[in-house]
Amino acid sequence: MAERFTKSMARNIYLGGSAFFVLLFLALTFDTQSRAMPERDNRDQLTEQVVRGKHVWENNNCVGCHSLMGEGAYFAPELANVFDRRGASDSEVFKAYMKGWMNAMPTNVPGRRQMPQFNLTDQEIEDLAAFLEWTSKIDDNGWPPNIEG
Amino acid sequence: MKYESQRVAMPYFIFALILFAGQIVFGLVLGLQYVVGDFLFPEIPFNVARMVHTNLLIVWLLFGFMGATYYLVPEEAQTELYSPLLAWILFWVFAAAGTLTILGYLFVDYATLADVTMNKLLPTMGREFLEQPTITKIGIALVVVGFLFNIMMTALKGRKTVVNIVLITGLVGLAVLWLFSFYNPGNLTLDKYFWWFVVHLWVEGVWELIMGAILAYVLIKITGVDREVIEKWLYVIIAMALITGIIGTGHHFFWIGPPEYWLWLGSVFSALEPLPFFMMVLFAFNMINRRRRNHPNKAAMLWAMGTAVMAFLGAGVWGFLHTLAPVNYYTHGSQITAAHGHMAFYGAYVMIVLTIISYAMPIMRGRPYGNSNTAQILEMWGFWLMTISMVFITLFLTGAGILQIWLQRIPESGEALSFMATQDNIALFYWMRFVAGCFFLGGLIVYFGSFFIKGQASPAEEVRGPATEDA
Repeated sequence: MAERFTKSMARNIYLGGSAFFVLLFLALTFDTQSRAMPERDNRDQLTEQVVRGKHVWENNNCVGCHSLMGEGAYFAPELANVFDRRGASDSEVFKAYMKGWMNAMPTNVPGRRQMPQFNLTDQEIEDLAAFLEWTSKIDDNGWPPNIEG
Repeated sequence: MKYESQRVAMPYFIFALILFAGQIVFGLVLGLQYVVGDFLFPEIPFNVARMVHTNLLIVWLLFGFMGATYYLVPEEAQTELYSPLLAWILFWVFAAAGTLTILGYLFVDYATLADVTMNKLLPTMGREFLEQPTITKIGIALVVVGFLFNIMMTALKGRKTVVNIVLITGLVGLAVLWLFSFYNPGNLTLDKYFWWFVVHLWVEGVWELIMGAILAYVLIKITGVDREVIEKWLYVIIAMALITGIIGTGHHFFWIGPPEYWLWLGSVFSALEPLPFFMMVLFAFNMINRRRRNHPNKAAMLWAMGTAVMAFLGAGVWGFLHTLAPVNYYTHGSQITAAHGHMAFYGAYVMIVLTIISYAMPIMRGRPYGNSNTAQILEMWGFWLMTISMVFITLFLTGAGILQIWLQRIPESGEALSFMATQDNIALFYWMRFVAGCFFLGGLIVYFGSFFIKGQASPAEEVRGPATEDA
């Protein structure tokens, strides 16, 4: 680099630039969280059951195989839209599907990927279903491109 | 080695390398489970192996960063470490906590682990990369606070160099951002948004400061170039990293709830994120071309060039490939993401830790001019085997990802293949990835072998000009 570009100029770009963008990021975060998100995440429908379902999701490390809104592992299907894909967008249909599915695991088909048996109670499965249903209704800019996730 | 207390870096480096080996073994288990679905089921299900693979990576990189810090901060500050005893105590605490956590993953059912560690009191578990029991998270926070105290006390009583200031800034950022791992609200969109404050702002933010500082230190040592020049480069690189990377966080906000303006902000700023990595390539090669001395530790120089190039390819190029929102709409959460993750972590953070190990380990072992030629040749074989294997792992995962998108994402609903049907169709790529992974393990074994060869390099070196006192 040319001599007229000095170390102290470089340091000032670093300090000024990062301070500016930290502040901008905080301002954008404030706007996103206070103004935009309440309308996009349906928090009026965020019931205690949905929160319990989130804990079922976490305590069994579901994200270790599945993705949720595209984040997680890529070993098993995306589940943010499983309510639409397997539950026909109907709460009762989806709950029944979830109970059948969770209780049928593992399939023990030789050579196929296996989902463990988590021994969830009916209540826990219903909570999990409520969580996945709520998740499917978040405004996520239209992702994924199709029903397969 | 100019200060006796620098030697405390040694256990950190050795333990880091042991965990690295564990990470690779579990990587192979995962690679095989992708094609032989019931391999090791139900003893080690995929989610457990993945947790072990990713958490070992995070923990061993932290050990590597800590070792690097203990080694270089006293030398830069020109003073002994404030408390070598504290560094040793924290080593054993961190090693014990890390080992217990990994054993917990392997031998205790995850829901039971959450139960016995009283996750209910402060639920933080079950989120990607942050699977550690809350008590482990608290332990990590305490170890890092003790570590920072020790380092700051050392830096404050001695010479203040730019390398030390940047490194410590990065480490403080690492500690502060870790606090977001304790924030886990019931609202998933909030959880995800602030989860990225740990994950993105670590690897695409403050970790780049740590990487830049370590690279600058090694270049000062092996090239003999005036530190004024190197420090100026370092400032420009980290300025670019933070100017692009902070708002670049937005590329994670496209599809998880935040509003549409993030599509623009995330795309534009993250498209610029390759810049600091490109500058690191220019930096490393320029400094080496302008070197005042030919350091006999050729292996360390190879790692320094390698980390710059591979970080640029993995984090820069492979990141750019899928960072623009219209592209990411199709690639998000596909094998493209996995391809990028593998090469970026290897190129930027694995290789920078191996760079400082390559430079510092021989010195701590009483070989100030580096290992013997035979050992260096073996180490370079390890370098090439691991690096080329990682290139192929990345290419095969990219192939798998492109085919996955073609079959599963691009067609309309009703015509697209299901996730599992798609997986069957791309199995060949997963097999090839597994074979490349086996070569990586071979490279790792060769690399480890280089540590067991006796002797050191000859001190004779061709001096190309007046080297600085620092070198």
